[in-house]
Amino acid sequence: MIPTIFVAVYLVAVLYIGIFAFRRKQTGGTAEDYFLAGRSLGPYVFLLSLFGTHMTAFAILGSSGFSFNNGIVTFGLMASSSAFIVPVLLLFVGTRLWAVGKKFGFFTPVQIFRDRWECGHIGTFIFLLQSALLIPYIVIGVIGGGTTLNVISGGLVPYWLGGLVVACVVMSYVFFGGMRGTAWVNTFQTILFLGFGTIAVIVIGIGMGGFSETINALAANARTAPLLTRERISPLFFLSYTFNPLSAIAFPHISIFCLTAKHMAQFKKTVILYPVCILLIWLPCVFLGVAANRSTDIPAIKAKQEARSQLAAQGASLTPEQRDDLRGKTNADDVMLVLLDRYAPIWLAGLLGAGIMAAVMASDSQILALSTMFTEDFFAYYGGTKRYGEQAQVTVGRAFIVCITAVAYGLALIVKANIFDLAIQFAFAGYSALSPLLIAALFWRGSTKWGALAASVWVAASVIAIAAFQSAIPAPAPGLPLVFLQWNGWEVLTRTPGGTAIFGFSPVVPMTVISSLLIWIVSLCTPKPSNATIEKYFSLSS
Amino acid sequence: MKTFGLCVFLLAFYALHQDFWNWRTAQPLAFGFLPVGLWYHAIYTLACSAVLWILVKIAWPTHLEKATDPVEPGERPR
Repeated sequence: MIPTIFVAVYLVAVLYIGIFAFRRKQTGGTAEDYFLAGRSLGPYVFLLSLFGTHMTAFAILGSSGFSFNNGIVTFGLMASSSAFIVPVLLLFVGTRLWAVGKKFGFFTPVQIFRDRWECGHIGTFIFLLQSALLIPYIVIGVIGGGTTLNVISGGLVPYWLGGLVVACVVMSYVFFGGMRGTAWVNTFQTILFLGFGTIAVIVIGIGMGGFSETINALAANARTAPLLTRERISPLFFLSYTFNPLSAIAFPHISIFCLTAKHMAQFKKTVILYPVCILLIWLPCVFLGVAANRSTDIPAIKAKQEARSQLAAQGASLTPEQRDDLRGKTNADDVMLVLLDRYAPIWLAGLLGAGIMAAVMASDSQILALSTMFTEDFFAYYGGTKRYGEQAQVTVGRAFIVCITAVAYGLALIVKANIFDLAIQFAFAGYSALSPLLIAALFWRGSTKWGALAASVWVAASVIAIAAFQSAIPAPAPGLPLVFLQWNGWEVLTRTPGGTAIFGFSPVVPMTVISSLLIWIVSLCTPKPSNATIEKYFSLSS
Repeated sequence: MKTFGLCVFLLAFYALHQDFWNWRTAQPLAFGFLPVGLWYHAIYTLACSAVLWILVKIAWPTHLEKATDPVEPGERPR
């Protein structure tokens, strides 16, 4: 009950910060103020809010859950690769995006595409594709919120109610506070969950009997020793994951957020400190996720390990439904919460639970980004603002926020996939493959709207194809990948227990490579935009 | 030449992410509890910060700052 009270107090604090704390009466009402905080965010709010926007539920729940089942490889797969690639993208692409947005008054990437490539409906297609890929990411936040409240309250708050509460709180402060309210809430949340990691690792480590004892015990057990190495994952698959952070700059909530900085110099602190923030949140989560395997005295953890062992030992002889059922039981997204419940004093568990809530409620920026895109790329583009005025545009944006939150909540009740897989397979891969569009628009004079269209159609088709393939071919048992297509001894297409492999790579690699090739080749063969448009953009470089 | 040098530097640093030599071992344990595959990547993450600091110093796009006069009032793209 006490942890639930802490979380409730946290939710009220978030509502206050988001709706009232940083309201500016004198500037309210314009679309730029509501959707971009008037392009006025200072350096520390920009850093912390951008980081909080990027790190969603998977940073704490998904990473510790994935580490519980797959080991230390999780950190190299997602954290250290992001620590390098995301700030580099922010430094070179983010600053240029900021400059173009500031110079020409853009709100969204699609506005840049339409203007840069002199196109209309192709921009609409890209808007629809971006929106479809962003929805799973929003669903993650609701799933994370429902799971967290359910576990923290000891089952008192059912999953559906937890998800509903989180969705309503997020919707409220995004609705009333716009970008400014959302940015300040994200700043508050980031400070909370960065502090959470350090405290959690100390408290849980002491509770387990010390870090060294824990790791030595895991190393001595044949079933858990592989979790301390990367022997279960191939180097090619590991390499594939370095393509996922490319998604960061293509995610609308990140690219739109790049436009909110008051000065370009604010990117300096952000890119330098970004890796440190990643280390502070991911290292404790991954370590604790692995270490949780020692806590076999906790029934929930014991049950997950037994399901994992059964899946490994008997998986091949089970039906796909039985395998899916066992996979559901191995889902360890709640492992951090289970550890807190077991090892932290009840008041501290409540406080740390609020820290976890801070991380899982990062869907606010995605909801606001979708609303910004809808009002700018669709409503305003097709004449809505001209006809009804700027105030009506903000009202439409708010109505859209309510609708999209309701859709995300509905999906969160239906979707069964665990947080990490859902994010990786669709949102990350799709946006990584869309990143060449932004890079081509901003850096390559020769890029054309037809190249952009070819790449976008490819991304849409490949995401649909992978989703169809994975639903048609059930996931095989661990260690027994199903080779679906072979050529000259090469495993072209494989159904793996975790998803799909193409030539041994995760699908994000061929998706991104082919997307880049398409935009390049098709652009070479098709007419360029006018010289005036090209000069407008590339005179910035001189 | 500067751009080429920077690209080589960034590619070399990216290659260091693939530490295949630590693949099948947990030893040595840093501080007695962090497996080598984890602490290598923790150090790599901190090194990213240093690399970014260098990039900010030598490759900061100053020309973009100068080129960003604010948009005229009422002149929004559609």
